[in-house]
Parts: sequence; C-alpha cells; structure tokens
Amino acid sequence: MPIISLRNVSKNFGDFQALQEVSLDVALGERVVVCGPSGSGKSTLIRCINRLEAHDSGEIVIDGITLSDKPAKLDRIRCTVGMVFQQFNLFPHLSVMENLCLGPRRVLGLSAQDARARAMKHLERVRIPDQADKLPRQLSGGQQQRVAIARSLCMEPRILLFDEPTSALDPEMISEVLDVMTELADTGMTMIVVTHEMGFARRVADRMVFMDNGEIVEVGAPKDVFTAPKSERFGTFLKKILSH
Amino acid sequence: MKADPVKRSLVLALLVLLLSGCSGNWGWYVVNPTTPSGWTNLKFMASGAYYTLGMSITAILMSVVVGLLVAIPGLSQRRSWRLFNRTYVEIVRSVPVLVLILWVYYGLPALSGITLTVFWAGVLALALSDSAFQAEIFRAGIQSINRGQYEAAQSISLNYRDTMRYVILPQAIRRILPALGNQLVYMLKMSSLVSVIGMQELTRKANELVVSEYRPLEIYTILVLEYLVLILIVSAGVRWLERRLNARDT
Repeated sequence: MPIISLRNVSKNFGDFQALQEVSLDVALGERVVVCGPSGSGKSTLIRCINRLEAHDSGEIVIDGITLSDKPAKLDRIRCTVGMVFQQFNLFPHLSVMENLCLGPRRVLGLSAQDARARAMKHLERVRIPDQADKLPRQLSGGQQQRVAIARSLCMEPRILLFDEPTSALDPEMISEVLDVMTELADTGMTMIVVTHEMGFARRVADRMVFMDNGEIVEVGAPKDVFTAPKSERFGTFLKKILSH
Repeated sequence: MKADPVKRSLVLALLVLLLSGCSGNWGWYVVNPTTPSGWTNLKFMASGAYYTLGMSITAILMSVVVGLLVAIPGLSQRRSWRLFNRTYVEIVRSVPVLVLILWVYYGLPALSGITLTVFWAGVLALALSDSAFQAEIFRAGIQSINRGQYEAAQSISLNYRDTMRYVILPQAIRRILPALGNQLVYMLKMSSLVSVIGMQELTRKANELVVSEYRPLEIYTILVLEYLVLILIVSAGVRWLERRLNARDT
C-alpha cells in the first residue's frame, strides 16, 4: 500500500488552475523528484500533501488517513510529514537549539533534556552540532537550510517534503545541503523533492515526475527519462536546463 | 551615566527660567526650594506624580492585554470575528478620552450600580480608550510577520496558541515596541484629564496650588517640567528595553 496516494487532485487559485486532476502514488521509502517549469504546480502539489494548501477536489490519503478539515487528523498528518522550505523559514528570534526543540517539546511533549538530546542527534546528522547556540542569521544559507532539515527531522516524520531547498542558496552552498539530503535518502526516508538539481535527481531519485501546467506529464526512472523522455514537453524542458 | 543628557537639559531649562525670573514678571518664590513655603509647595506638586504614574502604568498594562485580545479576532478568517474587531476599534476610537472619563465615572454607576473609585474610573477610561489603538498596533505588527513563519510552525504541528506564543508574538513585539512606547507617552499625558473627576495627580495638584497661591505662570511651568521629566525617563526606559531585546538579534 502506498504511503502517499493522490487521486484526481485539483486546486485552483481564483481562475488559475494550479493542479488539474493529479494522481500519484508514493511507496514507503521511495524517493521522488518533481521537476517542471515555474508555475507548473510542483510546489502546490507538495503543499497540498501536508495541507499548507487545501485541495479543491479529489482525494489525498497519507499513511491511511484521508486529508480533510478535521484538526485532529491534520495534526497527525503533519507529524507524519515534515517540510523543508525554499526560504528555510527558521524562527529568527530563537537559537538553533530552540528552533529544533520547540516542536518536540510543545507537540510531542518531550522533556527539555530529551528534546535537547534529540536535537543534538539531528544536528550531528546535518554536521553542525557546534552551531547549536547561534541565531539563524549568524549562519550561512547552507547552514540555515541544514538546520531547517534538522528541525523537520526532530519531529521524526515518516515523509519529508522539500520545496526547492537549494534555490535560495549561493552556488557554493548547494552541495552541502544536497549531501545531507543524499545521506537522508540512504537511510530509507520517504522523500518528495521539488528541485532543478538534475545531478541530485539522477543520483538519488527512484522516480522522476515532470509537471507542466498543473498536470503530471511524465513519470519514470531517472535513467530512462534522462536518456529518452517520452513526452516532447519534458524533452524540451530537460534540454533547456541541462544545456548549460 | 545614561541620564546625563536628561539632567543637563533640565538644569539648563531651570537656569533659563530662573534667570528670566529677574525680569519682575516672574514670582519664583512660590516654588523656591530654599524657602519653607516654596519647598512645601514643590513637594505638594510632585506628590501627584505617584497617581499620574500609577494610573498610566496600570492603564497601559490593561490596554495592552485588551488590545491583544481585540487584535486576534481581527486576524481571523471568520468574518464575524473580524467584524467584532472593527466595531470595537471604530466605536472606542471615536470617543474623546475626556468624554469617556466622564461617562465611566458618572454614567457607569447609574447604568450598572457599580461605583468605581476615582482612581479606577480613571484607569478604566484610559485603558479602554487606549485599547483600540493597541489593537491596531498589534494587528499591524502581527500581520507584518512573514507567512513562512506560520507555515514553518504548521509544518512542525504547532497549534494556533503555541504558534502565536512562541513564534509570532515574540517577533511582533520587537517590531511594535517603539509604537508601544509612544502609547505610554500618550497615556502619561492623557492621564492629566482624569483631574476633572478629582484625581489628585500632577495636573490637579497644580490647579489646586494655583487657586491658593495665584501664581499660574510659575506653577504651570513647573507642571510642564514635571511631565517633561516623567516622559523623558519613560522614553529612555523604552529605548533601553528595545536595545536589550535587539541585542540578541545582532
């Protein structure tokens, strides 16, 4: 049984159709990379999965729970699904350690000591245990994004969503974030990653999803789609982003 | 010492006034601290500071709480809650403070049977009047926080209360602190209006002294200086707080 299942999901923003009848299944432990031109609905897709956006029609089932407006269900799903944002969205007034401990303490009810221990474990995992007492703004962009990944991990989610995690980073910092994500993938985490980093996709993804105009145009294993994309739109897109 | 510029300007102001007292129009004897009667008069005037400060601080604390409680529904998705916010702000904001003081002191007992002391009637009127402005300040402050902060809080499953308490309000407060300082200054000045219902604060004390001594120029000049000193001290305090809160962020 897939851990994420989308059936004919549609989402409109006013007249704009962000998602049109999208269906997608993701199995436990699978790594899916979503790509496509801007405005194609990639971000909306993953934002619907952890209910930052409410879909208009269709069905989304996460870990056996159908997404609806019931708050109790939403809490359970958000604990199952972690999210990493393009702009990091760390809490600027809290230290790195406080950023990491807030969720475990307030939501999972961990003691201060347990929360700290868990936070340190994940900071070591993203290789910045020495920055625990700094404020986010004292860190580089790459470090901030790794803190954001650690913050998600502290909730011990079964699924991690990444919304263009390297798009706001200076080029020299992209690899440190991708390395952490690759390691995460190696541990068997279920991941959906919206990104233009095709090297990462080739290395890590089990499946590539190409979206355009709110539709899933093509799905396939990276080794197949990179060498021989079936649809013309995907081919043109790949040519554009791989040409330079 | 941080208070140095304050002290210097005060000494300067007094010096100017005392020197001008040589011209014959001034009768500084009424508040001359070196004569027994002048010293008594000065002490009498300064004793009002206790109620001016007491009312202002109590009222600002109340208005911050009420303001926040009114601001939160103003941010709601629900129309009826937003309507409550708008109605409260528009009505309370339109009533002059003086009118509100009179209404609370003379009107409220007749309406509700509860008689308030002059102090609490003053505090209630001041707090009510200010709460509408506090509500607007809080609303603007909270709305200025990036949407990503809410989304990040949602993504780690924080509920609305915790999101506000740990994520949004601490950031919003830092942004609105200068505006809150402004409101406290307004409050200190508005508290002079409570003198009309007999509160023995700075303005009332000055009025009473004018009636017995008949030296309005000197006495009201001292009154001006009293407010100046209070407000300079408060402003310095607010700036200190701002620096302290921002120290961590830089």
